Amino acid sequence: MKIVVCVKQVPITTGTNKIDPNTLRIVREGVDAELDPADEYGIEAALQLIEAQGGEITLVSMGPDRAIEAIRRGLAMGADKAIHISDPALSGSDALTTARILAAAIKRVNPDLVICATESSDAYTGIVPAGIAQLLDIPQLTFAKKLTVENGKATIQRQIEGGYQTVEASLPALVTVTGSINEPRYPALKGIMQAKKKPVETLTAADLGFATSEVGSAGAKERVLGWNPAPQRQAGVLIKDDGNAAVAIADYLQKLKVI
Amino acid sequence: MAKILVLAELKEGVVQKVALELVSKARTLGEVTAVVLGTGAGAQAAILGEYGAQTVLISEDAAYTTYLAEPGAETLAYLIEQIAPSLVLIGGTYDGRDIAGRVNAKLGSGVITDAGEISFEGGALKVTVPWYSATTIVDVTSPSNAPLVMVKPKTFAAEKLEGAAVPTVEKISFTPSDKSKRARILETVMEKSEGPSLEEANVVISGGRGLKDAKNFELLHKLAEPLNAAVGATRAVVDSGWVSYSMQVGQTGKTVKPNVYIAVGISGAIQHTVGMKGSKNIIAINTDEEAPIFKVSDLGIVGDSLKILPALTEELKKRRG
Repeated sequence: MKIVVCVKQVPITTGTNKIDPNTLRIVREGVDAELDPADEYGIEAALQLIEAQGGEITLVSMGPDRAIEAIRRGLAMGADKAIHISDPALSGSDALTTARILAAAIKRVNPDLVICATESSDAYTGIVPAGIAQLLDIPQLTFAKKLTVENGKATIQRQIEGGYQTVEASLPALVTVTGSINEPRYPALKGIMQAKKKPVETLTAADLGFATSEVGSAGAKERVLGWNPAPQRQAGVLIKDDGNAAVAIADYLQKLKVI
Repeated sequence: MAKILVLAELKEGVVQKVALELVSKARTLGEVTAVVLGTGAGAQAAILGEYGAQTVLISEDAAYTTYLAEPGAETLAYLIEQIAPSLVLIGGTYDGRDIAGRVNAKLGSGVITDAGEISFEGGALKVTVPWYSATTIVDVTSPSNAPLVMVKPKTFAAEKLEGAAVPTVEKISFTPSDKSKRARILETVMEKSEGPSLEEANVVISGGRGLKDAKNFELLHKLAEPLNAAVGATRAVVDSGWVSYSMQVGQTGKTVKPNVYIAVGISGAIQHTVGMKGSKNIIAINTDEEAPIFKVSDLGIVGDSLKILPALTEELKKRRG
């Protein structure tokens, strides 16, 4: 079985991220970055399938040169190889361009299964996976909290409001996984050493058949006009619990008439 | 006048509240056409009219309830091409996201997710979006002809339109292709839940890592009883597998705006507070005096939640008598 896992390097979120006033983009330079924790569940899910049934895992990632660090971490977890699409022209790409680029790279692998996180931890639009599935013309099984693959079919438990659905589709298919699907492994020292030698193919937008004018900011269907700081709440009363906290909260709740 | 197309989602044959919220907003922007797909669609046209939909397009094809995303995406894409709306509103729900992603790729529409205010200024669309760390509200537009705008539940109020006319109801002359019937829903299991939902509850109690152990979540459920509250969680807790994803409050989870929000053992990372800071009153319990959650709370308690929660539950039961 051939599996592709889409991964992304994201800035480590500190709540102090800035917007560049000239480009109207998030400043990513000089900010620490990591493999999106949301992607580790997908890698782990793929590893468990491969360990049971055999096969190969290719990581596919779009991001600047330094995203190789995040890719290496995925390889250290146990993925076999990677495709890294790195091109300054891709900077400022919207969800649709991202889906187009990733789908074009995934096509080269021709996998049985594509695994993505439900959403990235930085842009969190959550619509890139469905876009990839549409462009690859394969079904999508989303919000999986459980995944099994047998007899050429993928079956998931799909998280929904107040419960779950069991959903199945024939392969090839795309699956998005939630954080409740597994407990991702930490890369072992051996894995980290091996990851340095695993093959990583680096591609540009042009390598995938895209013109510079149709990707990045130039091709984006979303334009930032300006921004304002969000209104802040005012901090209220702060008290230290001296054994009367329960009474203080109960008084407050009573004042609000919720009891 | 701007033509606004609203995807009105059904759940078990009943139009979802988010759909009424979207229609309520849409009627302030232009002429509203609602699309209802699935078994029971016809019976829901009237209520959409009460909230301001002038036209309701329905299809009762079983494919929409039997298969995920693709039949709905095909149909919506067809309707967008037919109607050429100025804007398409879709709920930021599980199904809404699945459908929007496919329509976007099919038509090259462009999507704005997590919309706040939506307006047309001089004919140009302007949508406010809380960006990234949500300390910034960004104004976004789209050069696309019929952009998709996704709105999380509870962003707008659902308000009936006084003197609303009976909507025109039309059957959709499009049948989903056989090819779209690929991801089959074998069964739907509703987990037994006690009390109100996160979105509807007057009081929400959420727990974070400060609860130390999955089993301590039980303390929140016990406190929820006398308050008739819903229980939520932070992403860290959901990712640790303590509770399910559907309980997640925050940037990548649900937005809640209850009368009272009680944050227990939650440090107050911006990714969490963005989903709850619209609450009317916020109570926070945390051992760390410096926790950022106290910057947004009306009543902050520095103390051990594992001790305070049982005492509070008892106190409330006593007062309730």
